[in-house]
Amino acid sequence: MNLTSKRTKSYRIFSTATIVLVAILFVFPLYWIITGSLKPVASINSATPEWWPSEFVLDNYERLFNKQSAPLFSIGSIVTGPTVPAAIRWLVNTVFMAVMSMGLTCFTAALAGYALAKKRFIGRSVVFGLIVCAMALPKQVILIPLLREMSDLNLYNTIWAVILPIVGWPFGVFLIRQFAEGIPGEMLEAARVDGASEIKTFTNVVLPMIKPGIGALAIFTFINSWNDYFMQLIMLNSTDILTISLGIAKLQGENATDFGIIMAGAALASLPIIIVFLIFQKYFTKGITMGAVKG
Amino acid sequence: MTAKMPQSQVKKPLRSRTLVLRETFASYMFLLPSLIFFIGFVIYPMVMCIFTSFFDSTMGREDIFIGLGNYVELFHDSVFLGALKNTFIIVIVSVPVTCIFSLWVSSVIYDLKGWACSLFRCIFYLPVVTGSVAVTVVWKWMFNNYYGIFNYIGRGMGLIDKNINWLADPRFALACIILILLTTSVGQPIVLYVSALNNVDQSLVEAAEVDGANKFQVFWKIKWPQIMPTTLYILVITTINSFQCFALIQLLTSGGPNHATDTVMYYIYYEAFKLYRYGYGNAMGVILALVIAVLSAVQFKLAKSNE
Repeated sequence: MNLTSKRTKSYRIFSTATIVLVAILFVFPLYWIITGSLKPVASINSATPEWWPSEFVLDNYERLFNKQSAPLFSIGSIVTGPTVPAAIRWLVNTVFMAVMSMGLTCFTAALAGYALAKKRFIGRSVVFGLIVCAMALPKQVILIPLLREMSDLNLYNTIWAVILPIVGWPFGVFLIRQFAEGIPGEMLEAARVDGASEIKTFTNVVLPMIKPGIGALAIFTFINSWNDYFMQLIMLNSTDILTISLGIAKLQGENATDFGIIMAGAALASLPIIIVFLIFQKYFTKGITMGAVKG
Repeated sequence: MTAKMPQSQVKKPLRSRTLVLRETFASYMFLLPSLIFFIGFVIYPMVMCIFTSFFDSTMGREDIFIGLGNYVELFHDSVFLGALKNTFIIVIVSVPVTCIFSLWVSSVIYDLKGWACSLFRCIFYLPVVTGSVAVTVVWKWMFNNYYGIFNYIGRGMGLIDKNINWLADPRFALACIILILLTTSVGQPIVLYVSALNNVDQSLVEAAEVDGANKFQVFWKIKWPQIMPTTLYILVITTINSFQCFALIQLLTSGGPNHATDTVMYYIYYEAFKLYRYGYGNAMGVILALVIAVLSAVQFKLAKSNE
């Protein structure tokens, strides 16, 4: 007994130490992006890496910003904003894309998830079956038909070509349904007896109950759409329309060995989303666990 | 569940036909916005994907029906077969490693409790949030022939005597890709496992400890069966994700050297968006979806028979 508890204890110390080490390796790439973006070119292009920058410079960001420029925003072809570095425009595009995807997904999923969880209607199992089947399929294989569909709709090379498929992806409906299952039927019944309309019941009774679910879905959609590189690559083309990830990827294609400028771009692409993640971490974790299909 | 049964039995006769129809109408009003997007941008493209796979389809001209032509060509295409093999290698290595590694990490950090557990969970999730492009470009730098730290460390420790061009060397390229893929795929499983361990029935654990079971016995006899559904879910999502490995390949090696690191997803991209062979790409997509569907079904069956 004593021996085993001693062994368990030493195992615990050993494993915790190993985890700390592995965790450092997981943080390292991010550390390398940030410090790399602040290093002078000479120390980036040296065979002996500088573990901590000997001097901090903004050269890389300057070169990134001077490279290309684009209007800050454009509505239609008439209204255009002031000219700014293209990377700033890419950030604006990315934020617009992520916020629109988030808003539309939450709106549609909240309504549909509630109906699927709490209402008994004809065709319910068909709709739900389709949703589960679609979620089990690789979503990237539909990109070819999506591209043709978007060009038929004249949406190719617009941000909407990326937003609409994200909103269509049924994970959100599934997630909200999981949360809405927990609403007691008596509450809905009481609202109906009081003569509340369907919409009133939804906004006054259902919405407050599924708020945590909507929070989880919002942050989940925001982060996933920010990082959905493949779809952005297929749908977006001209400099004004790129997202930040796509812009950095293109930059990497053109300046394959200028790691300074690439790291500056990578920092711009990742830091905002990491900050968002750290702030809303709690909701995000909840979203992941609630979205899991229980065996 | 059983307590609710009689209630619904009493209610059922009350639901007249008009009531059902009214409820159905209201439900579809709630579903409508979502269904428009779902059918328009998920179901319709899925149907089109299957449909077009029977056509010789490209830009700027009408599609030509060729029946199973694309599928026949696929199984004579050595690049596709190579890509399929690479994809399977990636899946076979990364799925078990991801599951075992994340289970180990979660069981250790779960014992730490409180802020330390959240901190580690957060750290292991970081590569996912950082985004595939940012992660890939920094790894590309670290693997670089001249300026990468891997060569520096390798030489410093005497493991290699001259610089290796990791990503351009057919012996190492795929292994490098799998390594990066692993760092970006353990985040979600760890979150899921920690929450599953939280939900394990503590009274059973305590009872076993009182009976003198050690930690390993408690884990295998009590906890493992209870987190089985989570394991199954993790297996399925990790398999789907590994099969879809694309950004890493496109940004690191573009399938090179000489198609040594092609995956099915990358090859689809190459055929459809570089050579504009839409029908051929769709046929590959259908095959990939079928493979994933069959594997998921097998995993479900295995897990069910284990219970």
